[in-house]
Amino acid sequence: MDLCATGSAAFPGSTDRRFDAYLQLQAEVDGMPIVLALVLIAVGSVLFHFLSPWWWTPIASNWGYIDTTLIITFWITGTVFVAVVLFTAYCVYRFRHGTAERPHYEPENKKLEWTLTIATAVGVVAMLAPGLFVWRQFVTVPDEATDVEIVGQQWGWSFRLPGGDGRLGTSDIRHITAENPLGLNPNDARAKDDVVIASDDLHLMIGKPVKVLLRSTDVLHNFYVPEFRGKMDMVPGSVTYFWLTPTRTGTFDILCAELCGVGHPQMRGAVVVEDKASYEAWLGKQQTFAEATQRLKTTKTDSTPDGSSARN
Amino acid sequence: MVDTAIGREPIAPAEAGEVELYHPHSWITKYVFSQDAKIIAIQYSLTAMAIGLVALVLSWLTRWQLAFPGTLSFIDPSQYLQYITMHGMIMVVYLLTALFLGGFGNYLIPLMVGARDMAFPYLNMLSYWTYLLAVLVLVASFFVPGGPTGAGWTLYPPQSILPGTPGYEWGIILMLASLIIFIIGFTMGGLNYVVTVLQGRARGMTLMRMPLTIWGIFTATVLALLAFPALFVGAVMMLFDRVLGTSFFMPSLVSMGEQLQYGGGSPILFQHLFWFFGHPEVYIVALPAFGIVSDLISTHARRNIFGYRMMVWAIVAIGVLSFVVWAHHMYVSGMNPWFGFFFATTTLIIAIPTAIKVYNWVLTLWHGDIHLTIPMLFALAFIVTFVNGGLTGLFLGNVVVDVPLSDTMFVVAHFHMVMGVAPIFVIFGALYHWYPKVTGRMLNEWLGQLHFWVTFIGAYAIFFPMHYLGLLGMPRRYHEIGQTSFVPESAQNLNVFITIAALTVGAVQLVFLFNLFWSLRYGRASGGNPWRATTLEWQTPETPPPHGNWGKELPVVYRWAYDYNVPGAKEDFLPQNQPPDWGTG
Amino acid sequence: MGVTILFFTGLAVIAVWWLSTQRLTSKPWLEQGPAGEPTGTGVSSVPIAKVGLGVLLAAIGSLFALFISAYFMRMQLADWRPVPKPTLLWINTGVLMLSSAALQWAQAMADRDKVRSVRIALLGAGATALLFIAGQVVAWRQLGDAGYFLTSNPASSFFFLITALHGLHVLGGLAALGRNIIRAWQGRDLPKLRLGLDLCSLYWDFLLLMWLVLFGLLLLS
Repeated sequence: MDLCATGSAAFPGSTDRRFDAYLQLQAEVDGMPIVLALVLIAVGSVLFHFLSPWWWTPIASNWGYIDTTLIITFWITGTVFVAVVLFTAYCVYRFRHGTAERPHYEPENKKLEWTLTIATAVGVVAMLAPGLFVWRQFVTVPDEATDVEIVGQQWGWSFRLPGGDGRLGTSDIRHITAENPLGLNPNDARAKDDVVIASDDLHLMIGKPVKVLLRSTDVLHNFYVPEFRGKMDMVPGSVTYFWLTPTRTGTFDILCAELCGVGHPQMRGAVVVEDKASYEAWLGKQQTFAEATQRLKTTKTDSTPDGSSARN
Repeated sequence: MVDTAIGREPIAPAEAGEVELYHPHSWITKYVFSQDAKIIAIQYSLTAMAIGLVALVLSWLTRWQLAFPGTLSFIDPSQYLQYITMHGMIMVVYLLTALFLGGFGNYLIPLMVGARDMAFPYLNMLSYWTYLLAVLVLVASFFVPGGPTGAGWTLYPPQSILPGTPGYEWGIILMLASLIIFIIGFTMGGLNYVVTVLQGRARGMTLMRMPLTIWGIFTATVLALLAFPALFVGAVMMLFDRVLGTSFFMPSLVSMGEQLQYGGGSPILFQHLFWFFGHPEVYIVALPAFGIVSDLISTHARRNIFGYRMMVWAIVAIGVLSFVVWAHHMYVSGMNPWFGFFFATTTLIIAIPTAIKVYNWVLTLWHGDIHLTIPMLFALAFIVTFVNGGLTGLFLGNVVVDVPLSDTMFVVAHFHMVMGVAPIFVIFGALYHWYPKVTGRMLNEWLGQLHFWVTFIGAYAIFFPMHYLGLLGMPRRYHEIGQTSFVPESAQNLNVFITIAALTVGAVQLVFLFNLFWSLRYGRASGGNPWRATTLEWQTPETPPPHGNWGKELPVVYRWAYDYNVPGAKEDFLPQNQPPDWGTG
Repeated sequence: MGVTILFFTGLAVIAVWWLSTQRLTSKPWLEQGPAGEPTGTGVSSVPIAKVGLGVLLAAIGSLFALFISAYFMRMQLADWRPVPKPTLLWINTGVLMLSSAALQWAQAMADRDKVRSVRIALLGAGATALLFIAGQVVAWRQLGDAGYFLTSNPASSFFFLITALHGLHVLGGLAALGRNIIRAWQGRDLPKLRLGLDLCSLYWDFLLLMWLVLFGLLLLS
């Protein structure tokens, strides 16, 4: 058959001396360094994980479940990582050239493959199920949560609390002026008693769930307080949200976690979690939107809006 | 595009004889405007590596800034953003995609399926020159007023086209234009890769006899042809928003104290389009790597790839699933939070076929005859880094775990490990593996050892500890973290350590480049099949293979690609074109 | 992204059907020798250029599906104001149908080796396609006269963008058609001409289908 001719013609050097050169070369390569490197990576990673001083900052909100899910994930994935790397190291050690018998010709092993597949599926479910359970809580805002609005502007933070009526007034980009940096609707009665905090920290009451309503007047930002665990983008043109209950008093940094231009790393603020008495004392000192605009009109102070004062 | 498709010979290249096509007439048509897929592959690879070198230098500068902030006076916050943006985009699109598909795809597809060339050689040539144009447009953005865009490689509007972001004047326009050109060029090449696998296979080369390299590249190309249009749509619409003032993505906003004319658009719409491309893109890079590493492991462990059928099905399954996971990049983007349930589930499901692949690579080593060649070493390094990066993906895919980690250095560490380091290791392994076929010479072994050890240990030392910066809460895209209540001083030591590792790893890549050129002249002669591999590219009558690949007669395929150490066979490997009555007892 | 997912599901069905004919569950290590029938590869007998065009159409289809997805997502936002639909668009639709039909006719004539008729049909197809482009441009101007510009509102932005993109694809097709017209005039290489006609016709039908979908979309919103 002419096919055979093609076959051997296209199969040069099958008995070539180059084979010997190849084998010789390989004999020189010692297998032990890579075996040791693999073991070192498996063991070293685990040691680093447990011994290094770098770990998350203590939590200050109700989202302990997120930490728990993270820990579950660490255990499952850590076990798999160590197992796979050590097994690889063992294979290299045991079956490196020159030590082993003739390799097994075994195209597949259905039983083994299915066992591993099912074991993987179980591991995946063990991570996914708690994850989705906690996510459901994360997206279900409790009825008793009070609204807090957080507004991002290049490159600073402002806050708004609902006034006595417990509801935030409407706002629009078109209303933004130097006196009204958050763009509250001056014709909305609900907005008049809103408390606008333009150049101060945000204060929250410990143990009181809040629904954080997020708004941006220019580009994407992200309200990120590491101690709270939650974070969410602020999208111009829409209002996003998440909720949390502060569980630890203290002052925590607010960072922006979505690239928003050159001032991104400098976009800082602080949130103060405190007990009821201190919170109410602080709240009592704040001005409502109506008072603030009134004061501005009467005294004609030449104040710059927060957005531009934070600009550099 | 269609135009050329019509003009081409309607005969399958597999059946074409020694036609005129395979005899270039001048130096120009042989080496510059070449229609030979192998030359085009080299052109693609060299261009990708050249622009990749730029991205490498940018990464040194960003790392330097993070470890020693302020010591290089020319790095200001704007520069820093421009460096990371260009580094990211170049590495993902212009290096990895171009090298895997334009480079390895062009070189290996015709050879491995037993064709003389790609299906549409002229289109293939155009593809390279279009790609080069895209690269030049991208490079041009370094020289325009305002410099290249610093919007982050994700280019999220509104900031990417507004003052306050570096390069909003010209950089972003050139970036979008370059991407559009790249996509057009890629589509021309992609048509070739797909059609050659579909129609160009030699006699006997059934789909299930194809090496996994071809399966990986083929599936990745299909993904790319369908996913790149999403980036195209996003780029065109953003270009309209930037240049013509439409409001596809732009809501009404106040920028720098000024009300802009924009109104009503949705920044999240762009994110959907971007990630509809962006997630398949991860697999556009990963699937060729999966395929190639399978062949490296099998060849150098002298054992058939374990569970070939599962490997093929897993590639196809991953390809399909990769289109329904995109919004896992958007858990904290402000999209409807209920989507989280769907996308977390699909994302974690994709872990299963991926895990199967990992098991099968390791099980191929089991009871093998492992030759610790440089390609094998890189394959082992791939397994370690890919498993590491894949597993941290389970953190970020599982919606609620992603919330504290998203936009932190954990994400940076994760994606560098899984789609930076791991696929690059495969590229290195593949270059050491196929260099003898391309040049007829071996790469220098000693330099290779040096390159491997520094790169492997160094890369792990860069990216493993980086996850812990993310756990601390350190956000990404900060040129310096400054004062915080939650990042301890000691974290800066870690940053310095990472930078030193990064600079070392970066420097040793220059050794590799030196090796590439040095061995061209002084490398040991390799012969046609130095690794004693089964696949067709090693069975060419000449090495390096000439235009047309196969001389007078096309190969005929008699067996699958993994007949290593078949019981009863004389040699420890049976080439795919070896007739069945030879060598078997 | 519903539309895109739907489109991709369609592609997936085709892919699965094709893969199911490729014996993906066979055990390749048990099969030696030249597999099956002469070519034995599962390579189809469809001309290679046609397969290439098919793949290209899948990619272009993906492009339009994504535009339509974006259209739907943008449409749900508050500032969407529908654009008036010039009556001319109906006429343009008819013209594009004529163009497709002319190519069908060219194919039929080529089957009967009537080269003269093929030439006329090709010229007809080219002329009607050009007329379609011209008609689209006039429709743009009508909208402009009515005060709807590119940036007036998102609906008109999409209208201009999508029609422009569709028009560009028609222009690309015209380049290929031009080559076939030259081929028909030279009268050489008839098998190649025949294949070229098939490809043009397929591409035209695809663009007509795309236009009908896009036009339907515009009418519905």
